[in-house]
Amino acid sequence: MPSIYLILIAVVALFGVAVLVVSRRRALGATKTPASASTVVSAAVSAAQRAVEIEFAPSDLVAPTDNVGEALIESFERPRFRERMSKSRAVLVGVLTGVRGRAGITNETWDELEEALLRADVGVRVTDELLSRLRARVKTKELTDPEALLNALQADMIGRLNHPGRALRFEIADADSPNVWLFVGVNGVGKTTTIGKVGAQQRQLGRSVLMAAGDTFRAAASEQLATWAQRSGAELVRGNEGGDPSAVIFDAIERASARHIELVLADTAGRLHNKANLMEELRKVRRVADKGRGRVTEVLLVIDATTGQNGLAQAKIFAEVTEVTGVVLTKLDGSAKGGIVFAIETELGLPVKLVGLGETIGDLVEFDPAEFIEALFSE
Amino acid sequence: MFDTLSDRFDGIFKRLRGKGRLTDNDVDEVLREIRTALLEADVNVTVARAVVERIREKAIGAKLSQALDPSQQVIKIVSNELTNILGGQTLKITYAGRPPTVVLMAGLQGSGKTTNAAKLARWFKSQGRQPLLVGADLQRPAAVEQLRVLGRQIDVPVFSEPGDPVTTAARGLAEARRLGRDVLIVDTAGRLAIDADMMTQVSQISEAIEPHYTFLVIDAMTGQDAVGVAKAFHETLAIDGVILSKLDGDARGGAALSVKEMIGRPIAFASTGEKLDAFEQFHPDRMAGRILGMGDVLTLIEQAEQAFEKDASAEAAQRMMDGEFTLDDFLEQMQQLKKMGPLSGLLGMMPGMPKELKGAKIDDDDLKPVEAIIRSMTPRERRKPEIINGSRRNRIAKGSGTSVGEINRLVKQFSEMQKMMKRMGAMTMGKKGKRKMPMMPGGLGALKGTMPGALGDMPFNQR
Repeated sequence: MPSIYLILIAVVALFGVAVLVVSRRRALGATKTPASASTVVSAAVSAAQRAVEIEFAPSDLVAPTDNVGEALIESFERPRFRERMSKSRAVLVGVLTGVRGRAGITNETWDELEEALLRADVGVRVTDELLSRLRARVKTKELTDPEALLNALQADMIGRLNHPGRALRFEIADADSPNVWLFVGVNGVGKTTTIGKVGAQQRQLGRSVLMAAGDTFRAAASEQLATWAQRSGAELVRGNEGGDPSAVIFDAIERASARHIELVLADTAGRLHNKANLMEELRKVRRVADKGRGRVTEVLLVIDATTGQNGLAQAKIFAEVTEVTGVVLTKLDGSAKGGIVFAIETELGLPVKLVGLGETIGDLVEFDPAEFIEALFSE
Repeated sequence: MFDTLSDRFDGIFKRLRGKGRLTDNDVDEVLREIRTALLEADVNVTVARAVVERIREKAIGAKLSQALDPSQQVIKIVSNELTNILGGQTLKITYAGRPPTVVLMAGLQGSGKTTNAAKLARWFKSQGRQPLLVGADLQRPAAVEQLRVLGRQIDVPVFSEPGDPVTTAARGLAEARRLGRDVLIVDTAGRLAIDADMMTQVSQISEAIEPHYTFLVIDAMTGQDAVGVAKAFHETLAIDGVILSKLDGDARGGAALSVKEMIGRPIAFASTGEKLDAFEQFHPDRMAGRILGMGDVLTLIEQAEQAFEKDASAEAAQRMMDGEFTLDDFLEQMQQLKKMGPLSGLLGMMPGMPKELKGAKIDDDDLKPVEAIIRSMTPRERRKPEIINGSRRNRIAKGSGTSVGEINRLVKQFSEMQKMMKRMGAMTMGKKGKRKMPMMPGGLGALKGTMPGALGDMPFNQR
C-alpha cells in the first residue's frame, strides 16, 4: 500500500517543515516580508539607450512585399472593437437596457450594474470598487439619472486603464544587437498564433524578423511556428523536441545578431504558473535571452479573454518570473469580455498592449481602452 | 490569492458565537460571503445566484447545533450542495453494438482538444479498446502533425487528409471500419461559439459521423463565459459529457459548476497534467472543495506521488511508524517536498492546517537554516539527537551559522514530531483497512474513503 506511506510522509514532512519554519521565525522575531510584487519591472530599457517607440498601427501598413505569402493579402482595415465584440454583447445589453429604462437609480440598478460587470469577468473586488465610488457620487446627488451613471461608470473604467506605454518597444541600435520579444503564458492562450501575427505585421513594417521556436514541449509546436514564419517571410530557428528552450532562444538571438536581423520573436511552451519547475525553466529562458547580443525589449504575457479570475494569478506569477512588460489579450472576438484585464492592469501595473479581435493578421491590434469600454457598453 | 470560504466565515461566526439561532440578517451576511466565494471561483453569476438560493433554504431549515461549530455546519451544507450539482448523473460509456464507437471532440480554441483527444485515446486503449484518431482540425497550422506525434507516443494510429474537415471525418469513419478499430475519436478545430459558419461546420461533421459521444472540452480557467460556450455547443451538438482541461492549474474551476448546472451534462473526465496519462475520471467532491478554496488533499497526494520516490518514502514511513524516523529521513523528505512546488501552495492545499501555518509565506529559502543545522550534525547525532550536548550544540551552531537556541528548538520539535508520527503510525496500522488518521487535524478525515484506488472507483460508475 505505497500510497498510504506517501500520504503519511508527505503530510508529516510538510507539517513538520511548516512548524519548524514558523516557530523559528517567531523565535527570531523575524519580520521577513515576502518578496513584494513590486518586482514587476517596467520596460527593461536603460535610459542611456536610444529608445524609439514605433507606433503599432496595422492600418498604416504598406502593401505586402513579394516574399509575404497569400495569407497576408487581406484587408488591413483596422477592425473596430465594437463591431468585433458586438456579436456577443447580448447579455450585457439586456442588463444595461434595464438600467437605462428606469426613471431613476434604484437598488435594481446597482444589482444590474454589478451583474453586468461580474459577467464581463471584471471580478468581485474591482466591481465593488467601481460601484462604491459611484454610490458615493449618487448619494451626493452628483449623479442623478441612469444615463449619467452609466457614463460615469464608463469614464471610471477608462480612467483605470490609463497606462501610458501601450506601444510595442523597439529600439534601434547596432545592427548586430537584435530586439528580442519574448512571449509567455499558460497553455492554449494563443502564443504561437500571436507570434505569427506579430511577425507578419513587423515584416510589413519592413523589419527583418526571426522566430525562435522555444516551445520544445508541445508536439508539433515548431511546425506550427514554421508555417507562420514561411507565410510572413521570417527566419526560423528551432531545436529538438524536448530540447532546452533557453538554448534554442539563445541560438536564435546569436543567429539574428550574426545576420543583422532586427527582431527576434521568441516562443515559449505554455505552462501553468503553479508548476514550480516549469516556471524555473522560464526564469532561465528570460535570463539567458539577455545574455547574448540581443536586448529583451518586450516580454509579452498572452492571456485568453475567456480566462476568469485566475488570470490575475497568472499575471502576477509570470510577471515575477519573467519581468513581463505587457499583456496580449487574445480571442476577444468570442463571447468573453476579457474583464480580468482591469485587475491585471490596475493591480499589477501591466499594460494591455495588443488585443486579438479575429483570426486574420490584421485583427491583432493595439489595445484602445476607450474603444474597449465603449464596445462593452454599446447597444 | 483569494481567501478561502472558511477564512471568510471566521469573522462572521466569531460575532455570531453564543447566539442560539441565526437571524435572517446573519444568514444574508453568510450567504453574501458564499456568493463572493463562488464568483471568485468563476462560477457564473446566474448559477451562483441559484446555488445561493438553494443554500439559503437549506441553511434556514437546518437547526444549528450548539455542539458543532456553525461555520463548519454551513460549509458542509455548501459543500454538499456543490457536490450534488457537480455529481449526480455520471457518464457510462456503452460501446456501440456495431463498432466503431464514435467520439467527437469540440471546444474553443486552446481549450485542449487535441491533447485530450490523445489522452482519451490512451484511456480507451487502457480499457482494452483499439482507437483510431482522426485529425479534422485542418485550420490551425500543424494541428494534425501534433495529433500524429501524440498518436505515436501512445501507439494509436492517426488518420487525416488535407481538404475539407467534414469529408476527412467521414473518411476517418470509413477508415476505422476498414481497419477494424472499435473506437473512433475525431478531433476538430477550435471554434468560437458565436462563429456561425464554424458551428455549422462542426454540426455537419457531427451529422456525417453520427457520434455516440460528443465531448465538450472546457478549460478549467474559463470565466463567466463558460456558460455561454457550453450552451451554444450543446444547442448545436447535443453534448454528452464535458472534459475539464488544465485542472492541474490553480484556478478554482467554478466553470465546471456553471457548465454542469446549465447544460445538465456530466463532467466525465478531468485533465490533470501535461503528460498523456494525466487524465482521469472527474471527482465531484474534490471539485466542490476546490471551488470553495477548502484545500485539496487529494491533489496534494497526487503531487506527492509524482515527486516522492516511492520505495525510499515507504521505508521512511515504515521507520516513522516504528518511531525510528531520524533527522536524516527528515532531511531526505524535505528535499522531496521541495520538488512538489512552492511550500506555501502545498500548505494551502492541506485542509485543517492551523491558520498560522496556512498563512505563513514559506519559501524554499526558509528551509535553508533548517537544512544547514541538520547537515552540520554528525550521522550519529542525526540518528540520536538526544546525544547532542552543550559542546556539540556549540559546534552545530557554528557549523550552520545559527544559534544554540535554534538547535535546541529544532531538536525539541523534532522529538515531538517523532512522538506524533509514532502515534499516527500506530493508529493507521491498527485499524487495518479503515485508514483513519485521527491524529491529523480536522479535514484530513476527508481522506477516508476518497483515497485514489481505495474504493475501486471505476470511471463512469453509473449513468
